[in-house]
Amino acid sequence: MEWFDSWGLTLIVFLPLAGALLLGLVPGDKEDILKRGALVVTLATFGLSLVLIGLFEFGGGTYNTYQFEVNQSWIGAINANYHLGVDGISLPLLVLSTFVMVLAVIYSWNHWEEPYNPKAFLMLMLILATGMNGTFVALDLVLFFIFFEIVLLPMYFMIGVWGDRTPRKIPGFANEIETRLYASIKFFLFTLFGSAFMLLGFLALYFKSGEFGERTFDIVQLTELGAMGSFTGTFAFLVFGAMFLGFAVKVPMWPFHTWLPDAHTAAPTVGSVLLAAILLKLGSYAFIRISIPILPEEAASWAPAIAILAVIGIIYGSLACLAQTDMKRLIAFSSVGHMGFVMLGIATMTDIGINAAIIGMVAHGLITGLLFFLAGSMSHRYHTREMARLGGNMKLMPVMGGILAFTAMASLGLPGLAGFWGEFMALVGSYNPLDGLPLGVFRTSMVLGAVGTVLTAGYMLYMLQKVNLGEPKAEWDDHEFHDVDRWEMTAWVPMIVLIVVIGVYPKIIFESTTDTVVSLIDTVFGSDITASISSGS
Amino acid sequence: MYKALTLLAAEEGGAVAAGDGGWWADTAGIMLVLPFVAYLLILFFGKKLKYQGGEFAVGALGIGLVWATVLFVMNMTGGVLDHSNTFEIARIGSGIVFELGWMVDGLSIMMYFLVNFVGLVVFIYALGYMEGDIRVNNFFASFSIFAGAMLVLVGAPNLIQMIIGWEGVGLASYLLIGHYWEDLDNVKAGNKAFMTNKVADVGLILGAILVGVAIGNFDFAALSEAAVSQNAELGAVAFVGGLLLFFGAMGKSAQFPLHIWLPDAMAGPTPVSALMHAATMVTAGIYLMARMFPLFQNLAQDARPYMVAIGAITLFAIGLLALVANDIKKVLAYSTVSQLGYMMTAVAAGGYTAGLFHLFTHAFFKALLFLGAGSVIHAVHSNNMSDMGGLRKYMPTTYWTFVVGSLALAGIVPLSGFWSKDEILATLGHEGYTAVMWIAIAGAFVTAFYMTRAVALTFFGEFKGHGEPHESPKLMTRPLIALAIPSALFGLLNIPGVSLPGIGNFTEWLSVRVVAMGDHHAEAINFGLAAAGLGAALLGIALGWMIWGEDKKTQKERDSLEIPVLYPLLRRKYYIDDAALGVVGATMGPIARSVDWINTYVIDGIVNAAGALTKGLGGFVYGILDQRGVDGFVNGLSVVADGAGAGLRKLQTGRVQQYAAFFVAGAIVLAVVFVILI
Repeated sequence: MEWFDSWGLTLIVFLPLAGALLLGLVPGDKEDILKRGALVVTLATFGLSLVLIGLFEFGGGTYNTYQFEVNQSWIGAINANYHLGVDGISLPLLVLSTFVMVLAVIYSWNHWEEPYNPKAFLMLMLILATGMNGTFVALDLVLFFIFFEIVLLPMYFMIGVWGDRTPRKIPGFANEIETRLYASIKFFLFTLFGSAFMLLGFLALYFKSGEFGERTFDIVQLTELGAMGSFTGTFAFLVFGAMFLGFAVKVPMWPFHTWLPDAHTAAPTVGSVLLAAILLKLGSYAFIRISIPILPEEAASWAPAIAILAVIGIIYGSLACLAQTDMKRLIAFSSVGHMGFVMLGIATMTDIGINAAIIGMVAHGLITGLLFFLAGSMSHRYHTREMARLGGNMKLMPVMGGILAFTAMASLGLPGLAGFWGEFMALVGSYNPLDGLPLGVFRTSMVLGAVGTVLTAGYMLYMLQKVNLGEPKAEWDDHEFHDVDRWEMTAWVPMIVLIVVIGVYPKIIFESTTDTVVSLIDTVFGSDITASISSGS
Repeated sequence: MYKALTLLAAEEGGAVAAGDGGWWADTAGIMLVLPFVAYLLILFFGKKLKYQGGEFAVGALGIGLVWATVLFVMNMTGGVLDHSNTFEIARIGSGIVFELGWMVDGLSIMMYFLVNFVGLVVFIYALGYMEGDIRVNNFFASFSIFAGAMLVLVGAPNLIQMIIGWEGVGLASYLLIGHYWEDLDNVKAGNKAFMTNKVADVGLILGAILVGVAIGNFDFAALSEAAVSQNAELGAVAFVGGLLLFFGAMGKSAQFPLHIWLPDAMAGPTPVSALMHAATMVTAGIYLMARMFPLFQNLAQDARPYMVAIGAITLFAIGLLALVANDIKKVLAYSTVSQLGYMMTAVAAGGYTAGLFHLFTHAFFKALLFLGAGSVIHAVHSNNMSDMGGLRKYMPTTYWTFVVGSLALAGIVPLSGFWSKDEILATLGHEGYTAVMWIAIAGAFVTAFYMTRAVALTFFGEFKGHGEPHESPKLMTRPLIALAIPSALFGLLNIPGVSLPGIGNFTEWLSVRVVAMGDHHAEAINFGLAAAGLGAALLGIALGWMIWGEDKKTQKERDSLEIPVLYPLLRRKYYIDDAALGVVGATMGPIARSVDWINTYVIDGIVNAAGALTKGLGGFVYGILDQRGVDGFVNGLSVVADGAGAGLRKLQTGRVQQYAAFFVAGAIVLAVVFVILI
């Protein structure tokens, strides 16, 4: 399998893009060919990622060593390289990305929103896949930046073109505007705003690295420099801050989250699913892959602030959920809370916390992705997302209702399902964060995070009560409802199974992540750094 | 490590040696899995069968009962078992390991037997009781989840698995309380149960983190060892951690003031109330306290007085509420809360065996009482005792078994409740909680008093309901008999100082670690205390009969104990529910809405204002930029956009270009500044 060692990742990243180009050649009215083509491409990509798992050497290995590495000179003038690689941290996320993409295509089979045009939509999905897969394996900051930004465009068009057309009054705007217009522009600009700073941070690192040898964008080399303590002081503070803005917007962390409820609510179902399942992970992944290894000391000094913002996100997001009347918007806000737990895990700067963050990302991807599928399918049938008009769904569509109940339980972190581990271990991590971090802040965060789980349960039960239970409203008396169809079932069952399997046997994720994370912590937070944090605080 | 404790036990006079249980213990995990298998079978194949899948549920517990019984008997006769099987489900670098598995020791065997035996009886009863229900299939599916999660909980070798089972039974409870979810009142009762427990679970989870992280291990065995050996790290967090775990237990085991969910939980079908909200699930908190007993015995003694106090309030104050309830299931629910208070008080005071023995006997007689109440409800189609009366003539089996259960609950010699309650009194006296002991004796009076009321209003006097009530079918009455026998006799398993030939007694079965833990259990009957407890109970019955023995026609007449202040206080449940719900209701809504308001008007206000500002600035910057470059970018955008759909054209209003222009310009300017500065 030598060819796979050098070509595997490239294929996983660019196969979808090639697929998109091929789909472009198919006439738009050959819908069947388009759909099958997209399915074949995504299945092949997923299959390749399974081969990747099969050939991946688990365990051992020190941090900053990658497998299936490709490193070719790309833009010689600025020493930017085509450098890809995968390690225990990125593997689960990469597989999640290729996996969810298959399900999204299957679901799309008979769910198209106005203005239809499956060809364009499928092409956008495949372009998105390239951006997402690429982000998880890029080991060069320029490459990373490009992949990171590529995802913006397809998503922007998905929301802007296929999104919700309901006119909405936005505070501060004179006239009502279509939800999708406001949401797509806000999504695009907000993220771009963050990215601009992120790019600045990358550039600063590039120029600074020149002081220690050849200037480089290479994440591996920058990580080595970072571990040697090359980036410190005001420089590190500013660079971390700049990158923080870029990543925090993407996560999104409070208070940079307001694009998210709008984007989610407006996006077409598949858009929401991909947004929740994978796009939100790009930011938190970048914290683990870039911010912490390259600027460890700075990361540790920002950690308390990150923890505080994370906890505010948990509490604030959950409270905001309780005030929602729109089912999809409620689910969207729940992401703010759940990603708060992910960021809390990262902020602890411990192996437990970062493992928690990764399994939390995977779990959130599956669970919230499934919730958005469900919300989409329900609004497809009811033509409304207003919870006041729903109710008694268990009676009208028992299978859909049952799956919704299951997913809501998974979302509130029921132990034994996937969502539990990320939350629980983030709390374990915050009880004993990295040596030198302020215990008071983190232990308070732990308690508030635990309180957040209560609020999470509160809004999930509230949603179930409003949507699933009680008697159906009289307005649906004469409606025929079709319960879950086979495309939906095919797309959802794998998610349900994985949610249970990860819940009962989280080792399938940790087997990949643990050693890498431990080694990351050891490498970047060796005793010197711990000592310097302690003396500094 | 168990070996060490066992040896310690033997040295200190415990006449037991630990066995490993062989094949039966090694395969006991099957018990934990079977109900989940049954769940899937019910879900996929249940609807085609006569009882809509109830068959699978009964089968799972039936097979499980074989294991439970074999282990129970082996534990009695062949030396006390001490065994555990685990497998790793996660290992996090710095030494934290998560495992699942099952424990086979005296404590868990007792619970396996209880859950499988009472569970099987209740499941069989439910086949009859639920016949014709709108959702039999769902009912048995959720009931199987409960049985599985409960066995996962009691078999847990570590806190993590216990948490998994713990919330699993909570989920089943939520689903079954809301079984009739068309009525939103039932849904709200389920929500209340789930939320109250979730609040308590904060304690459980934080407590688990505190004690688990302290020794780097969540295993009960390791925690016990650390506690017995006075581990300093564990000692440092023992008080807070212990109280947090206790807070968790307060939710599941309905201790004051977190008991408020249990009476409402009676909205579920009666078999659910019998098995979950009386016999087994609600004892999970007691079980947790028992598992963590070494911690409280050796390191967290300071936490004990608080725990005993909560238990004492619960057993007395909530018991009083049973006196004013009209709904027969609510009477039993308050009684359950009160009895859980007894158990908690006992375990907290140091009476490991006493508390668990009461848990054991209570499971039988309280399940019996609930099933009896269910039989009555089945016959008269009402929960209210004002619709009952005189039923002893119509339903003789139900009547007799209900009386046996009531006398056992009241603690009348020689029925089971007498022995277990007496042991609790002895523990309280021995451990120096004299005041609490008197409260417990007063509680015995209250217990007998309200049960007399319930029996009188239900079975004596004239029938006040509609139609002609008749005895329930055999599928329902036989389970009553099956529970009446242990309710009557099982007290004899633990007469202080008596070791039954060949099998010993309850204390010995649980004894592997008990002696090492310093449990107190009576060596001989304390006749004075026994007489006091029995006297209080008899007084309760006599007084109850004087007041309610005579048939009263109207509810007003029946509530003849309308003592000013006290009566309204009890009717309003001490205003705790009102206060809790009032506070939550009055605060959560406005808080949530103000958060949403802040989100829309403050944070987004800033975002939108920034957008407007940049738009203005952008217009200015745009003019001094290289227009061709930007235009090229923008035109490229619009080419793609045109292909993507007509709807997009509306977007090309110029705003995007200006924003993009600003950001590109801004980024470049800042980059230059940045680079120059550094």
